[in-house]
Amino acid sequence: MMSQKIKNLLVKNVVTIVFVLLCIFGIIASEQPLPFIVKELITRIGRNSFLVLSLIIPVIAGMGLNFGITIGAMAAQIVMIFAISYGATGFSGLILCIILSTPLAALFGYITGRVLNKTIGQEMITSMIMGFFANGLYQLLFLFLVGTMLPIGNENFLIPGGVGIVNTIDLKDNVMYAVDSVWTIKLPYFLGIFGVLGAIGTGYMANKHKKSENKILRSRLYFYLGLCLSTIVFAVVIQSTVNLYKNFEIPMVTFAFIAIIGAFNILIFKTKMGHDFRTVGQDKHIAHVSGINVEKRRILSIMISTILAAWGQIIFLQNLGTLNTYGSHVQISTFAIAALLIGGASVSKATVGQALLGVILFHTLFIVSPMAGKNLFGNAQVGEYFRTFIAYGVIGLSLGLHAWKTFKAQQQKDKVDII
Amino acid sequence: MGEILLQLKGISKHYGENQVLNDVSFEVEKGQIVSLLGENGAGKSTLMNILFGMPVIHSTGGFSGEIFLEGERVDISSPVKAMELGIGMVHQEFMLIPGYSVAENIKLNREVLKDNVVSRILGKDYKTLDIKKMNSDARIALDKLDVGIEEYTKVEGLPVGYMQFIEIAREIDKKNVRLLVFDEPTAVLTESEAENLIKAMRVITESGISIIFITHRLDEVISCTEQVTILRDGALVANKKTSETNIVELAELMVGRKIESLKNSEENRAMEMNDVILSMKNYKVGMPGELVKGIDLNVHRGEILGIGGLAGQGKIGIANGIMGLYPASGEVLFNGKPLNLNKPIESLKRKLAFVSEDRKGVGLLLDEGIDINITVTSIQVNNRFLKKYGFFSQLDLGTIRNYADDMIKMFDIRCTGPDQKTRRLSGGNQQKVCLARAITLEPEILLVSEPTRGIDIGAKKLVLDALIDLNRNKNMTIIMTSSELGELRSICDRVAIVSEGKLAGILKPNDSDAKYGLMMSGKTDIPKEVV
Repeated sequence: MMSQKIKNLLVKNVVTIVFVLLCIFGIIASEQPLPFIVKELITRIGRNSFLVLSLIIPVIAGMGLNFGITIGAMAAQIVMIFAISYGATGFSGLILCIILSTPLAALFGYITGRVLNKTIGQEMITSMIMGFFANGLYQLLFLFLVGTMLPIGNENFLIPGGVGIVNTIDLKDNVMYAVDSVWTIKLPYFLGIFGVLGAIGTGYMANKHKKSENKILRSRLYFYLGLCLSTIVFAVVIQSTVNLYKNFEIPMVTFAFIAIIGAFNILIFKTKMGHDFRTVGQDKHIAHVSGINVEKRRILSIMISTILAAWGQIIFLQNLGTLNTYGSHVQISTFAIAALLIGGASVSKATVGQALLGVILFHTLFIVSPMAGKNLFGNAQVGEYFRTFIAYGVIGLSLGLHAWKTFKAQQQKDKVDII
Repeated sequence: MGEILLQLKGISKHYGENQVLNDVSFEVEKGQIVSLLGENGAGKSTLMNILFGMPVIHSTGGFSGEIFLEGERVDISSPVKAMELGIGMVHQEFMLIPGYSVAENIKLNREVLKDNVVSRILGKDYKTLDIKKMNSDARIALDKLDVGIEEYTKVEGLPVGYMQFIEIAREIDKKNVRLLVFDEPTAVLTESEAENLIKAMRVITESGISIIFITHRLDEVISCTEQVTILRDGALVANKKTSETNIVELAELMVGRKIESLKNSEENRAMEMNDVILSMKNYKVGMPGELVKGIDLNVHRGEILGIGGLAGQGKIGIANGIMGLYPASGEVLFNGKPLNLNKPIESLKRKLAFVSEDRKGVGLLLDEGIDINITVTSIQVNNRFLKKYGFFSQLDLGTIRNYADDMIKMFDIRCTGPDQKTRRLSGGNQQKVCLARAITLEPEILLVSEPTRGIDIGAKKLVLDALIDLNRNKNMTIIMTSSELGELRSICDRVAIVSEGKLAGILKPNDSDAKYGLMMSGKTDIPKEVV
């Protein structure tokens, strides 16, 4: 009984477990100093989490992994290029970008949602192809229309000859770190604050549910409480000893954004709208029969996802510091989806925790794989291949597993029916 | 005489040329359980669709007649309108979400909401779910039905019997509900569960809610309803007080006499009833919606065996299982040797041929010509119609064409030529192509499912004549599955009636209507006065 439970647990989380092991192995093989990895990781968490979180709502609404977040990213880049060319700088400039990109992303999301409603059951491949198609229009805009029909505020953004936008736009002098640098604090303080707030929160909840029947919830709360307390201890240890960690800066505003969106993704499912998303995701037919406007809900879920992706891309770019006009958006959906899946999500189930865990694992692997490749095979390129291989491999694996599980469940059902 | 709640007056409905309801009227009193009885295709579901304002009614030209609710004429234009008027439905297939708790299912899309900061600004969509209130409301509804399940357990994994109660709880939780329709609610329940359900129905009516109870179990009709309305072929046959009728009369009224004049010459051919060609023992088939739950049945060489029964009872599954199209288990002997189930190729190789009820899905290659359709299975299974060159083979188009021409003449298939695409043929001619293909395999047993579904009367007769001809002149044993009793009784030597996945009994074609009616509704112990 117990061993069966453990076996089930292992099978259920096999992807995540494999990646945890791969990360540990990679860290050892790369021979990189741990502080370096941690520092890189903090940057990458801030940079990528937002995009990964934008995937959750469509998954719950039964539309699978939204490869169409690329389209949201394009909306963000269109707004950023124009806004920056007209002189938007700093934090206020970036907020302007976020505000302006919202209606554009909403429009794109609406169109995507309409198309996806016509291709029920094929949402993932459709959203992916929509992304490719949108990329064509995007190139038309920036390679041909800008400079001929559309004005641009800064001549330096144009390819010599006056038509089309240059390949890379440097954000160093305008919006780079605009969000990250608003307010930063040192890592031990961050951990300390995080631990104390977390401990108070979970402690309160644990006290409230002290007499609750729900044993799983209670033990989970105690687990979180323990985690928060050990975080505090850890923070104190870092602060009081000599090491590199205590000087790491945490971009508080970026992390706050991520926290808000994480909370949004949790809280929305406690509202009528979110509950409808879940209902639609569980069974479209029943939702329809009980009077829910299924098509409207599906469109809405894609719109939210696209808008969040646009915001996520803005945060991503301000941290990266260069905008690759024709490349920055291309791979974000693949990488974001791979990260989500590594965290243990599937085509039909995803949580905020899985998203964050996935970001940590996926990017740890990203950081260590070139050096690990070099050390093991004498060639850093092998590591590069490896991480591309992982990104696509994990998506393929997850889709395959999903199909297999659905098939097995159906088979099980048929068997039960006969007997 | 109580107060009248619902009154239907002169309801008629056409689907195109086809009259499915003809001047049907009946009444439901307040707090009464009225049973609606009828075979498949009698018009029960059309009537209910009208009552619910289903889009299928209005998109096909509406209906004529009037509906009164508590004396007031109502126009039920959509399901939402029906809900507003207090008409509820307990579905046959459960409208439950497995991943949700019982309470969440009961309150589906009628969730109790409470305000929060955001919702005050952005509106109703952002209101928070009041789980506590939802649970307590659900508890009240469940207690009314005297169901002991906890409102916060997930529906997933609950026994089927409970699911029905959750559906009912959902309906009675709606505050304004006046009329509930139960669509074959006991079909999936065990006997004790069905008893509980009927008890619950009584409880519901005590609070003044009326119930329309659709079922085919006649003893349940007798035991729990006050009024019976019987439909046959779209027309009202009888409105009776339950206390003034009995099970035998109901069965007779439901089936009625409608044997076509096709009757095959000699009454009751003297059959050799000891030469068993196919025998099934504890035979089960997992065909969704048509489960076969363990049947023992022998088929004799040279006979036409009919398989009848109501839709969803499993009659369709029998032939599909033998042909390996759906997972099957049990012992099946063909010519004394066991038949390897779940392998279509084996069934075909052992000279079993099948004309599927799903003509367009399984039966035909719609975009191929008649010639290919007739020969394709023989090409695959028997390597007929092929020219061989060492390792390669090629279709022998000349032979195929000539053969198809012969078949077209033999079955009188109306077409422009052997290469006409089967998609363009009429239903009757498509069916003939299917038959032609089946006999091209030169089978010992021909299994035919619903051979006359969706084809006109003239073509029906041709198809049935062809079946008799194959049986008499080519000595084929035929197993014919059909929903039309008249058709079965007109050409079969014996008719096996399947009810709830089990064999209810085997009848002679000239047995009485009441016997057929009783067996189809699952009663195996036929009262004496009928025999």
